[in-house]
Amino acid sequence: MTQQTTPRRGTGPASQNEITAEIEAIETDAAARVAAGAPPELQPRRDYPPYRSSLLRHPTHELVRVDPEEVERVSPAFGHTDVNVLESDLTIQHAGEPIGERMTVSGRVLDGEGRPVRHQLIELWQANAGGRYVHKRDQHPAPLDPNFTGVGRAITGDNGEYSFTTIKPGPYPWKNHMNAWRPAHIHFSLFGTAFTQRLITQMYFPGDPLFALDPIYQSIADADARARLVGQYDHSLSVPEFSLGYRWDIVLTGPKSTWMESEDADE
Amino acid sequence: MSEPTPALQTPSQTVGPFYGYALPYAGGPELVPGYHPRAIRFHGTVTDGANEPILDALLEIWQADESGALVRELGSLDRDGFTFTGFGRCATTIAGHYTFTTLKPGAAGTAAPYILVTVFARGVTHHLFTRAYFAEDAALHEADAVLSSLPADRRDTLICVSEGIVGGAESYRFDIRVQGENETVFLDFDA
Repeated sequence: MTQQTTPRRGTGPASQNEITAEIEAIETDAAARVAAGAPPELQPRRDYPPYRSSLLRHPTHELVRVDPEEVERVSPAFGHTDVNVLESDLTIQHAGEPIGERMTVSGRVLDGEGRPVRHQLIELWQANAGGRYVHKRDQHPAPLDPNFTGVGRAITGDNGEYSFTTIKPGPYPWKNHMNAWRPAHIHFSLFGTAFTQRLITQMYFPGDPLFALDPIYQSIADADARARLVGQYDHSLSVPEFSLGYRWDIVLTGPKSTWMESEDADE
Repeated sequence: MSEPTPALQTPSQTVGPFYGYALPYAGGPELVPGYHPRAIRFHGTVTDGANEPILDALLEIWQADESGALVRELGSLDRDGFTFTGFGRCATTIAGHYTFTTLKPGAAGTAAPYILVTVFARGVTHHLFTRAYFAEDAALHEADAVLSSLPADRRDTLICVSEGIVGGAESYRFDIRVQGENETVFLDFDA
């Protein structure tokens, strides 16, 4: 893809204003393409210069379009023998309660035709309430929480449903540019019925003031597409005196390749 | 693209740098134990556009068994040491290197056998799929729909280098160059 902006190189980190200008130029370019009849960009750009780490980590050749073979049309089987049901509660993994806003994230995993993705693995990881990961390369000087690791796993239910109990993660600084901060988010990893549906993504929280500034969130140049990453507060999922509820449905690609198998499974 | 779909896909986001305590798991790189009589070593280095190792990549492999069957057994996460499930996950080392212990797959409905490789990393906004084929199957590669469609210099990026017996196991090297000279061919499945 051609880009309308060229990142400044070699003279130290860019300012937020410079990054924001690059982000806005790309969004303007994407909107112009849609106005000219192109489909909206459903996925992030691989070459997204405001996200500096993408500069040397995107292929320069076009991806080669391939019809999936059987290997790609099926997926590993995961099941309850792989995942303990308690792994969906991130607040009970230590002796004490983690610090932070206790919350649940619930939703359904669906394929591109709205059918549930049943009995598949969903993994999640996140920073603690102070914005710190339990990772040795995370040197953000916010406290670790001895009662919070921030890792959960589950197997989706008969209707593709999942639910995790956790605490709301904090935003945190990173070194993409000067004074760069990531909006609060939870990482999700998902499998479908075909390996082509594999997805790793991030869920965000509504109304975050950092959205416009964040080159990872903004790497999806289409505003409607990136809004699909924002979980919604759902008061019906909040538990009195206990937790706040968020709902986030996740839609995988496909399912052309799994049509036969899924139809059979419905019978 | 022509048919409307009732649900629009959730976009991808980078795996980021901090998955290391979350996604790798004990036994993830060992689809079979190293002492399996037909274990192979499947390994390589992941590099970026400056030819620097990518030390925070996460790789997943998915493959048929030796007979070419996708076995679909449970136990990919909680390995029992005996059941071959066809799935593996491995984070790269500080040197950008990964190593899986697995079996050489048979061809699963295709001309030539391969291992499906998925690459996640900080800076990779959307994972990259590629396939690792085997040089010893060269006679089958002419009939493979993907390999036969590629120019020779690019096709070679999808073929493992056979290293012979190393440490008691047949060793195959599959280096992944995300960008730049000899850039690996990455695949977009029409699905």
